[in-house]
Amino acid sequence: MSGAEFLLWVRGPAFDMAMAIFLFGLLLRFLEIFLLGRKTDLSVARGNAMAGGVRTMFTRFLPADKNSFQRSAFTIVAGYVFHIGLLVALFLFVPHIELIKATVGIGWPGLPTPIVDFFTAMTLIALIAVLFHRLTHPVLKFLSTGEDYLVWAVTFIPLLTGYMAYHHLFFEYAWLLGMHILSVEILLIVFPFTKLMHTFTLFLSRWYQGAMAGHKGVQS
Amino acid sequence: MSATLERGINAFKEHLDAPIASFFSSCVHCGLCADACLFYTETGDPQYTPIHKLEPLRRVWEQEYTLWGLFKKAIGLARPLTDKDLEDWVPLLYNSCTLCGRCSMVCPVGNDLVYMIRKAREGMSASGNAPEGVKGAAKRTIEIGSPMGVRLPALKAQAKHVEKDTGLSVPFDQEGVEYLVMMSSMEIMNYPEYLEAIVRIFHQAGKSWTLSSEAFEATNAGIQIGSSDIARDIVSRIVTAAEKLKVKTVISPECGHAYTALRWEGANLIKRPFTFQVQHIIEVLDELREQGLLKTEGMEEEKLTFHDPCQLVRRGGVIQQPRNLMNLVASHFVEMNDSGKMNWCCGAGGGVSANEDADEIKMKAFNRKKEQLEELKVDGLVTACANCRIQLEEGMEEYEMELPVYGLTEMLAEHLVKDK
Repeated sequence: MSGAEFLLWVRGPAFDMAMAIFLFGLLLRFLEIFLLGRKTDLSVARGNAMAGGVRTMFTRFLPADKNSFQRSAFTIVAGYVFHIGLLVALFLFVPHIELIKATVGIGWPGLPTPIVDFFTAMTLIALIAVLFHRLTHPVLKFLSTGEDYLVWAVTFIPLLTGYMAYHHLFFEYAWLLGMHILSVEILLIVFPFTKLMHTFTLFLSRWYQGAMAGHKGVQS
Repeated sequence: MSATLERGINAFKEHLDAPIASFFSSCVHCGLCADACLFYTETGDPQYTPIHKLEPLRRVWEQEYTLWGLFKKAIGLARPLTDKDLEDWVPLLYNSCTLCGRCSMVCPVGNDLVYMIRKAREGMSASGNAPEGVKGAAKRTIEIGSPMGVRLPALKAQAKHVEKDTGLSVPFDQEGVEYLVMMSSMEIMNYPEYLEAIVRIFHQAGKSWTLSSEAFEATNAGIQIGSSDIARDIVSRIVTAAEKLKVKTVISPECGHAYTALRWEGANLIKRPFTFQVQHIIEVLDELREQGLLKTEGMEEEKLTFHDPCQLVRRGGVIQQPRNLMNLVASHFVEMNDSGKMNWCCGAGGGVSANEDADEIKMKAFNRKKEQLEELKVDGLVTACANCRIQLEEGMEEYEMELPVYGLTEMLAEHLVKDK
């Protein structure tokens, strides 16, 4: 298989398949959650559940308070860095925006490539740091399962191959781009069946907790 | 599968709902919940990480309610839950969790971990894995009427003493009054000042109230053990008494989880809304203050702080009221670091105090409170939960600290304007 043929395959059938699994998986996972249902709370409300839910959806983007931040500073700071970096690389890189525009018809302005490049490098470093943290911190080492490392790898590789493709490092460009796209497809396939689902379900979880707390008149 | 395991798994399944499925789907194993848990911070042992305490519940969810989990189980990749697993989790789900809910507050994806622990205990209790001490407390509440084995004559005797000391009557079973006052055994046994305070405060405020000879115990070991059936029986007694006496409000005593049991879980346990309202004594007192019915004189001059009971603040929403009341009678009231809804637990809530197996770890956990108090250098500590109070007193004894602990209600009663 030549580089061009490989690229054609990852852009065609492989992409369609990955996308299908991704979308089917998302639908399935949300059904699995919602079908379990939930009982109505019969206690008299002190506050507004809806307002509490919406509030918590946003407030949990920030640490609970100064002391909690200080106690978990590394996890929180590294978490911000790699999440922001991932979002910048994914959604503000002009070729990505063009791909999205070509696929779903919506586009937006991107950032100049050197800036995206900087964010990508920063994210790669942050991801290596969180991996190191996971391998050494007693709690994280204890909690981590194969899935945690798999998810780390499927997040790291698209970023790394993207960076390599942009800088034309080591391999022929068609192969690099092909590998980049393939790694994203692997990410899409793994996504619904792993903790990567938090990307979407965190809003639901925050809403549930916020609503339950809001009902009691607590800002959670 | 053994019968006990099956009962446990069925209870897990019965309590698994959409929020729990969403919480487990969202967890990224970031470990922030460990840093919020005093059992981890004071021991440094990673097994006390809150999300790890939920592993049995998570496995049942994954293996029963997700396609991927069912597949993994079918091909032998997922390990089904065993009796041994449940046994191994007793120290994690009971001894080292006070249902304090700090972990829920810091989880970045918004998981309400303590909501899940409460549900996980249902499976533990159904499979016979609840600790003996808490089981005993639950059994005594059902059979005798109180977790500490206190019977009505003991309360009546205390009421008599109070009547003698105050010259005021302690009403029992009065129909149509405004308040039904509930007690906790701890107050009947260890803190008789509470009842005396109630008598004097309501007398001054001109409010009608009563005790019930059929239901005077508000604490609910069913909630702590994780048995909705037992919890329902205990709550039902109070509901029956309150409805028979046609009271407007049932007052939860200075006890954290009794408040949760009545205020938030009660109606859900009996599966219908209450016909009366439920308030914590601190809420009632703050209302009386607002209405000008709580008239006090003089101030405590020593430097005092307030220990927030978890079930009152984080899990109950009674945050400002105790502060208003503190400021009414304490001229030098200072806040602890992390006070209010982020306050650290005393280390003995959620059934831990009734569980002998937790005696050692609850004292280790108290170290958190000790450090908070040492930062402040106060002369005294005030709280509004008899269970916290016992732990605070025992903890200070263990750590050789000399600091008096007061109940907020009694402190207010001491400052009531004297009858002319």
